[in-house]
Amino acid sequence: MADDIQHHTLSVLVENKAGVLSRVAGLFARRGFNIYSLAVAPTDDDRFSRITIVVDVTSASLEQVTKQLNKLINVVKISELDPRDSVERELMLVTVRSGPDRRGQIVDLVHIFDGRILDVGHDELTITLEGHPEQLDDLEDLLRVYGIVAIQRTGRVALPKLDTSPTPLRSVS
Amino acid sequence: MNMNGGQALIRSLELEGVEVVFGMPGGAILPVYDPIIDSPIRHILVRHEQGAGHMAEGYAHVTGRPGVCMVTSGPAVTNIVTPLCDAFMDSVPLVAITGQVPFAAIGSDAFQECDTTGITQAVTKHNYLVTEAQEIPRIIREAFHIASTGRPGPVLVDVPKNIVDPNNPDSQMEWYWPESVDLPGYKPTLKGHPKKIREAAELIVASTRPVIYAGGGILNAHAAEALRELAEMCDIPVVTTLKARGAFPDDHPLALGMPGMHGNYTAVTAIQRSDLLLALGSRFDDRVTGKLPAFAPDAKVVHVDIDPAELGKVRQPDVPIVGDARLVIEELVAVLGKLGGAEAQPDRSYWRSQLSGWQEKYPLTYQQSEPGEALKPQFVLERLRDSAPEDCIVVTGVGQHQMWASQYWGFKHPYTWVSSGGLGTMGFAIPAAIGAKVGRPDRMVWAIDGDGCFQMTAQEMVTAASERIPIKVGILNNAYLGMVRQWQEMFYDERYSEVYLSPDLPDYVKWAEAMGCVAFRVEAPEEVEPIVEKANQIDDRPVVVEFRTDSMEKVYPMVPAGHSNDDIVVDPTHGEGGR
Repeated sequence: MADDIQHHTLSVLVENKAGVLSRVAGLFARRGFNIYSLAVAPTDDDRFSRITIVVDVTSASLEQVTKQLNKLINVVKISELDPRDSVERELMLVTVRSGPDRRGQIVDLVHIFDGRILDVGHDELTITLEGHPEQLDDLEDLLRVYGIVAIQRTGRVALPKLDTSPTPLRSVS
Repeated sequence: MNMNGGQALIRSLELEGVEVVFGMPGGAILPVYDPIIDSPIRHILVRHEQGAGHMAEGYAHVTGRPGVCMVTSGPAVTNIVTPLCDAFMDSVPLVAITGQVPFAAIGSDAFQECDTTGITQAVTKHNYLVTEAQEIPRIIREAFHIASTGRPGPVLVDVPKNIVDPNNPDSQMEWYWPESVDLPGYKPTLKGHPKKIREAAELIVASTRPVIYAGGGILNAHAAEALRELAEMCDIPVVTTLKARGAFPDDHPLALGMPGMHGNYTAVTAIQRSDLLLALGSRFDDRVTGKLPAFAPDAKVVHVDIDPAELGKVRQPDVPIVGDARLVIEELVAVLGKLGGAEAQPDRSYWRSQLSGWQEKYPLTYQQSEPGEALKPQFVLERLRDSAPEDCIVVTGVGQHQMWASQYWGFKHPYTWVSSGGLGTMGFAIPAAIGAKVGRPDRMVWAIDGDGCFQMTAQEMVTAASERIPIKVGILNNAYLGMVRQWQEMFYDERYSEVYLSPDLPDYVKWAEAMGCVAFRVEAPEEVEPIVEKANQIDDRPVVVEFRTDSMEKVYPMVPAGHSNDDIVVDPTHGEGGR
């Protein structure tokens, strides 16, 4: 899974224009860089979108990836998000086999993880969990023994951590 | 003022200062060809779209302005993929306008439809699919800006038919011309960082074995003057890569010539032994470095490039400087001046004597042919060079003839050499020479071509003849795909696989005459000069001279592929079979 040493998260602000995602994906392909996960969404400014890319840095130096990305005309800004200085979230939908005898155990697990049951079938459950990607990994591992029928993860999104040190008091003379 | 999109497109080209467009009309681009009739822009009708692309490149090479080509959709687009890729690899400013099926038909596999922006994404600096007529002036403005600034390159503008066809209401637009471009993601860095420039200057004054490794960026940045000032002030020898031939005069005492796989011994070895490599607008191409870990092992590297991604891509520089080569070199000269200029340089007499020793011991050599034998290609090039004016523009294809031309011509001025470097596109010479002659009609233009190359794009001689573009073509006909033959001889035990072309099929003289050119065949050394003189005097038609050259002749020196530059093999006539 996303080992933080081999994977880095890039937050890429791009112009919201047709074909931009294809340019970014095409660049990775032709330069031989690997994408671990990718998430795209509009920003509050409708001229721009944000692409969050988790890059496999065993395939190329992060510096080359960033520099080559920057050459795309539609790429406006790239920030590297160090996992230690950012908040990261991912969403997972998973359908798991749950015969009547096991349903209770699965519901317990979902509650422990603060997930939710989205859909209930005769012998299947669809569960959603939003959280840190590692949390999602854990739940996925635990559910595997029951039999995962389908799973869909969004790829991580991230923002820089905020400054927590208090605003220094102004000295009163 | 109301116009249709086709008129707006041509008007935009006029306002960008375009004087010539190389192209060929077809279904989807038809409406744009109508307003060309009323425009002062000259259109040159090519015989194959690939020719249009390479002509635009040749034009851009010698004028420094973006070359423009215009073709229709589908197969015309796939035909210009090669020149686009060539321009992308060699940083040539190019604007390609392509027709596209009407917007509503895109994605329906319509006649002559192809995914133009998709296909060309990997071989352009940027490309556009225009969706509304109203966008045309803005996008043309942006296309020229992107093509010609920063690291230059090709930009493609794909224009659906409905927005240019006057019979379609989609084509109506209100004319405007944008004052400036607004590209939030595109702001090339021009000025080098002062601290890094200072560090570079300090390395120079501490170096006893420096070499300037000048690349094509020098020519793109118009930095030839600045380069000369730097080299002369600090007494630093200069190698010029294949893309930089002419950026530093070959007859200058500090000139070492071309480095790389077929570079001369001194240029290659000077880099290998240097303690400081000033890479100015060059990119550590594999044809220059040979086996990378063994390249210039003792050298500190100062790398100046306008493209930040080049810094550290191949070789980690000690001092990386992002910026325009001219501005950075001028700043570097100023800083060196403050450090004491020429007086502050250490004693480099040992280095200079080493270099001149190598030059003396390993000059470029070949053995002149015996009477009755085929011509030596190097001899032909020497005669051509000596009978041409020194500002003559030389254009080549790719292969042995290209290497000999680069080695033997001796360039004294920038922008007198046009060649396909990165992509190595056979067939480049003829169309690129036509483009160069259109860009500089005042100059003599010689295309030096191989027989294999000539057969790839020869039909453009018809373009040259019908448009009265009097280029001169020298075919070094050795009846082989010579460079491949050389590799098969040297590295495949002389097992010649599919490299023989025949000396007289086609008959080049008849063929050239059929295409409207004056043509000559030269077989003996004493004929070379008189025929070349004759060719040089013809200025109203293209001329083709076929030189029958020695098939066995090989390009030396040579660094075998994948080897260290220290393994350079010089011409066996040097008697040592190596260094």
